Order: sequence, then C-alpha cells, then structure tokens
Amino acid sequence: MPDQPVRDALTETLASQVAGRLADVQGPYFGQFGGRYVPEALIAALDELETEFRKAQGDPGFAAELTRLHRDYTGRPSPLTEVPRFAAHTGGALQDVRVFLKREDLNHTGSHKINNVLGQALLVRRMGKKRVIAETGAGQHGVATATAAALLGLECVVYMGEEDTRRQALNVARMELLGATVVPVAIGTRTLKDAINEALRDWVTNVDDTHYLLGTVTGPHPFPEMVREFHRIIGEEAREQVLDRIGRLPDVVAACVGGGSNALGLFNAFLDDEGVELYGFEAGGDGVDSGRHAARFSGGAPGVLHGARSYLLQDDDGQTRPSHSVSAGLDYPSVGPAHSWLHDLGRATYEPVTDTEAMDAFRLLCRTEGIIPAIESAHALAGALRVGRRLVAEGRTDQVVLVNLSGRGDKDVATAARWFGLLPDAEEDR
Amino acid sequence: MVRPAAGRGGGPVSTTTTSRTAARLDALRAAGRPALVGYLPVGYPDVARSVEAVTAMVDAGVDVVEIGVPYTDPVMDGPVIQEAAEAALLAGTRVRDVLQVVEAVADRSGGTVPSLVMSYYNPVLRYGVAAFARDLAAAGGAGMITPDLIPDEAGEWVAAADEHDLDKVFLVAPSSTPERLQLTARASRGFVYASSTMGVTGARAAVGRRAEQLVADTRAAGAEHVCVGIGVTTGDHAAEVGRYADGVIVGSALVRTLLGDAPWSARLDALGKVTAELAAGVARARTTTPGGPA
Repeated sequence: MPDQPVRDALTETLASQVAGRLADVQGPYFGQFGGRYVPEALIAALDELETEFRKAQGDPGFAAELTRLHRDYTGRPSPLTEVPRFAAHTGGALQDVRVFLKREDLNHTGSHKINNVLGQALLVRRMGKKRVIAETGAGQHGVATATAAALLGLECVVYMGEEDTRRQALNVARMELLGATVVPVAIGTRTLKDAINEALRDWVTNVDDTHYLLGTVTGPHPFPEMVREFHRIIGEEAREQVLDRIGRLPDVVAACVGGGSNALGLFNAFLDDEGVELYGFEAGGDGVDSGRHAARFSGGAPGVLHGARSYLLQDDDGQTRPSHSVSAGLDYPSVGPAHSWLHDLGRATYEPVTDTEAMDAFRLLCRTEGIIPAIESAHALAGALRVGRRLVAEGRTDQVVLVNLSGRGDKDVATAARWFGLLPDAEEDR
Repeated sequence: MVRPAAGRGGGPVSTTTTSRTAARLDALRAAGRPALVGYLPVGYPDVARSVEAVTAMVDAGVDVVEIGVPYTDPVMDGPVIQEAAEAALLAGTRVRDVLQVVEAVADRSGGTVPSLVMSYYNPVLRYGVAAFARDLAAAGGAGMITPDLIPDEAGEWVAAADEHDLDKVFLVAPSSTPERLQLTARASRGFVYASSTMGVTGARAAVGRRAEQLVADTRAAGAEHVCVGIGVTTGDHAAEVGRYADGVIVGSALVRTLLGDAPWSARLDALGKVTAELAAGVARARTTTPGGPA
C-alpha cells in the first residue's frame, strides 16, 4: 500500500486519465495494464468478439435474454445474508461490525462463474460458432462452461491442469456428466496457468469455429472488460440490497482475487463511491516470505502473461514463477489488469491470506452459520475478519462489511476433510 | 511506460531502412533462391552445446538463424520446441545467454549470417526493452522476432529497435485482415513472418495451402520480404515453400534432431544432415516446377 501522499498523487494522475466513472472504463487498457499480447493469429477472432460484444451491448434483445436466464436458470438475484455469529469473531460488540454475504454460492452450478459463462455463450451463438473451449482451476468455471454448452448445444472441451484434476476430481466428473471433454494438462506446473496455455494453443489452431470462453477478467482485450460487464450484476444487486437493508452503503467491500472476476464484479458497483473501502484478498499460500504463494501484489511485478500486461509472479528473467495455494481457483501467477490498475491507483487494497487463515475461516463459517464456502471464498472471509478486527481495534463502530461468497464448498469437501484430518491421507494437502 | 501513439489499427511505423536480414534475402534472391532460416533455442541441452549446435547449423547451410529464448509459457510453440525450452530453463539458461549465441554466429560466419532472436515479450520486458536492444545490437544481432507482440502493442520495442538499427519481425496469419497485413508490413523490418497455417509450431505432413496466398497478400500489402514458417519439415517442403517465399523457416524439425539420449556428436550429425537436406530443398526451389515433388 503506498503512503497517503503517494496515493493522492496517483489518484490525481488517474483522474486526469479517466474521464467519467471508474466503473465504466473500457479496454484495451486499464491505466498501463491490459492490452493484447497474443499471436497475430488470434487478433481477427478478438476483433470479431469485440464487435459482437459491442453490438450485443446495444441490443435490448440480448439483455432481455440474459436477464431471463439469470432469473429462470441461474436463480438470480442471489440473496444477501447477514452472518452475525461469524461477525462476532471480529471481537467487537455485536453491532460494531456487521458482516453481510453476497450469496453467489447459491447460483446454479455453485458460483459466480455462471454469470459470465451465460453472457459469453449467448455471444457464441450470435457468432455462429459451434465449439467452446475453456480453462479451469478449481473446476467452477469448467462446470459452468460445460453447463452453458449443454444448454445451447455446443461442443465443449475443458483444459485443466493435471494437479487440479486430482484436487477437484468431483468437478471433473461433473463436467463429463454434462457432456464436456476434460483434457488434463501434464506440462509445466500442471495447474491453471498451464491449462490457459493449452487453451490458447487450441484456440490458435481452431479459431475459425471455436470460441475461447475465458473464465476471468484477464487475457487479451476484450476479455477483461467483457467479463467485468457480465459480472457487473453481482455488485449492482449487492449495492441495492445493502441500501435496502441498512439504508446506506457498506464501509468495506471484500472479495477473493485469483484472476479477479468475482472481486471486480462486486467492486465495480462501488468504485465510484469514495467512502467505500475495497479489499481484495489473494492467496498467500504458505506465506509471502516462503515463496510458495499466489500473492501477485505482494510478491510480483508488472509484466505480460496470457495476453495482458498486469502484475505477475516472475523471476529476474521474466520467467513465470509457479504459484501455490490450497485453493486451485486462486493458484494463478497473474491477475486481471483492472485489479493492477486499481492497486496502482490506490482505489483497492490487496492483501495476502495464508492457506491456514483461509481454512480457519472456512471452518468458522461452517460452524457459525451452516454455510460451507468454496476455499477461494474462504480467503475473502478470512480477510474480512482481519479487516473487521482492525476496525474494532481502531475503535470504529457501526461498521458494515460486505463479502462476496463467490462459490460454495461442495467441490472442496475432500480437500477440507484432508486438511482437517477427517480422511486417512490427511497430510496430502497441508 | 511507452505506448504506441496511435490507437488500434494505427501502430508504429519503422523509420529506418537498412536491414542486414533484408540485404541477405536480396542477395539470395539475386542468386535465384530463397533463404533457409533455421531456429534453435539457446540453452538446449546447455548453453555451451547450444552454441555448438547453432554453429553446426550455420556450417551446414542456413542463411539466417533464429535463436529462441526459452520461456515458461510459450503459447505459440508445439511440444518439440517446448520440451527443449523446458530443459533449457531447467539447465539454468538465462535470457542474457542468447547474446553469447548471437556473438558466436557473427564470429563463425564472419558476419554474413544474420541472427534474429525469437522471444516472447515478457523476458525482454523484464530485461528492459531498451537495454535488450542495446545489448543485442552490441552482440552483433540483426533483430528480433516477436510471436506474442503485435505492432499495436510494440511502441516501446519499435523505438528501441530503430535506435539500434535492429530488425523487427512481426507475424501475419491466414486470419489477418488486409488492414492488419498493411499494419504489420509497415511495422516490420527484415521480413514479415507468415504463419503457414493456423496453429502452433511443429512438423506437419504438409504445409498449409493458405501459405502461398498469404505470402501474395502480404506482398500486396507492402511487405518487401516474406518468409514462411510453421510446419516446414522436409527438403521437399522447403522446395515447395521456397517457390513463392523469400525464406523458409524451420524450427521443430531441427530441434527434434537434438532431443533424445544419443551421444551429442551423433545428434549434431543428425542436425547437420537435416539442415543440409533443407538447404538442398531451398537450393532447388526455384528450379522445381510448380506442383512437383511435395
């Protein structure tokens, strides 16, 4: 976090760069981040996608169809749940810190991922393509993509790091039940990063009839902006729900940040509300000092990976450093360019949360509120608790913290059971 | 951060005109044949032996060398080049090692064989774009091929390359629109790299049929030199592509000769043989009747 004068200077610079609302900034660049660092072979497809996306944005029929799907298929709006027994663990009096969860875990397929997938799937139909490919870490995006492909009758291939197919075997089965082909990727670090490399290779080869249904707010333009637009609904609903419930905006808005799609979807509605503090929680793994983490803002530097300029875990030679997290969904060495922009502007604060902190918060939510969160979301919960304790320590009262519960924990039960010693191979994931 | 002044569809335009690579292609054209452009990565199986391999390739008849910087996330490369790159990284290869190979090529060929570094953008960005251009020029390099850097994003590299009189080789693909062919032809210096097919690097049974049309279209868009890569494997491929292209770029077929457990001297022999076969292919390219051996 830069010092306050530095932040003020940055914000001034930003204001001079950005006319209008932060929430509406368009690609290809978010400040110095974003762009299109991809082989020329993909540019025509990216141009076609951008053109179709802009046309869809101006087409009331597209919005109507997406709204119908959100309501009748996904189950939107997702509820807002206050979690007082969980919030009590911030250590203040009951009313000092109130915590509300935006329940994206209750969406069809179990996470926020479906918002983006349905939007892109409708674009695929407009473009007349018949095949979609996707990458997935924890499997949430893969399951969502397989679901939309089944819904719209598209062929679907999902690339997944071999290591992640092991960590998320149930989601592999789910994708296959939905008719998708899951391709385990056995090169590199065998995680999400390498699944994206394989998906890009497939796309370069088959771009004529294939759409790469990218799962987060990274990649080449227009993906970072487009995926933000499809997730915008998270924050817009949450903002209205909080206003309805308490008659004012929250003080703190928190989310976990892997690629950063759930966080950006939530943050976006509050970017231009100056009084709302935004927190993104990255995977701190074994701790930033250990070198085994996915904390791009604490342990990375700006660079280029997977089509975008953004913060990135890299060595002195610009080689991508392997990331680590107990959460397959956060185990990614780069981050969406809009987050890098918000970080440099000082508009959002990004902090690492260790595996242990996340799993403690995971268990706490299970036991205090009867909700099993995705381990990704548990990072946001742990971070929110930390911020809540800080607010209490600062003597602030009547604080409201909004946390995105981006996904549910069904897929993570085996990992959590091993973590907490409930299965014979208890040490495997520790 | 330097950004291209023009927006999308604009892009930087080269401001210098002399190019060692282009001069070499012109001399070969005058001699009635296309160039053989050979790719090998630095650092496979280690830096010292990669220097031996590249010089062996020069001795066996390549006209222009392309020296790859190994990278952790090579999205344009197929399995053969990726295997070599991963091994090179494991062996501790650093980006700066590429300069040693560039110097060796310059020494071995008496400066007649231009070296182009082929690198994904992040290693160069991390090295420092201006510093990399300076050091590459000082080592005797001719320029750089950038598989994941399109002219639209290349303002910083174009400025540095122009300052140090280096070639900028950008790629075109069968999917490139006429406008993008023009943009890329304008921004490139040395030659334009035409991907013969939509896909990643790697040997194929046949070179994409779209390649010949792409070369014609790229020339029509203003490129003076167009070389074709991706999928060229045999001397016959080289002869076929060499009919219409200024140069034939071969990577995976050469790299493959170095993989495996055979004694290093046997691998170098295999590299020399394949290079010689490809060189013979380009030598007969303009004397082979169209539709002949393929």
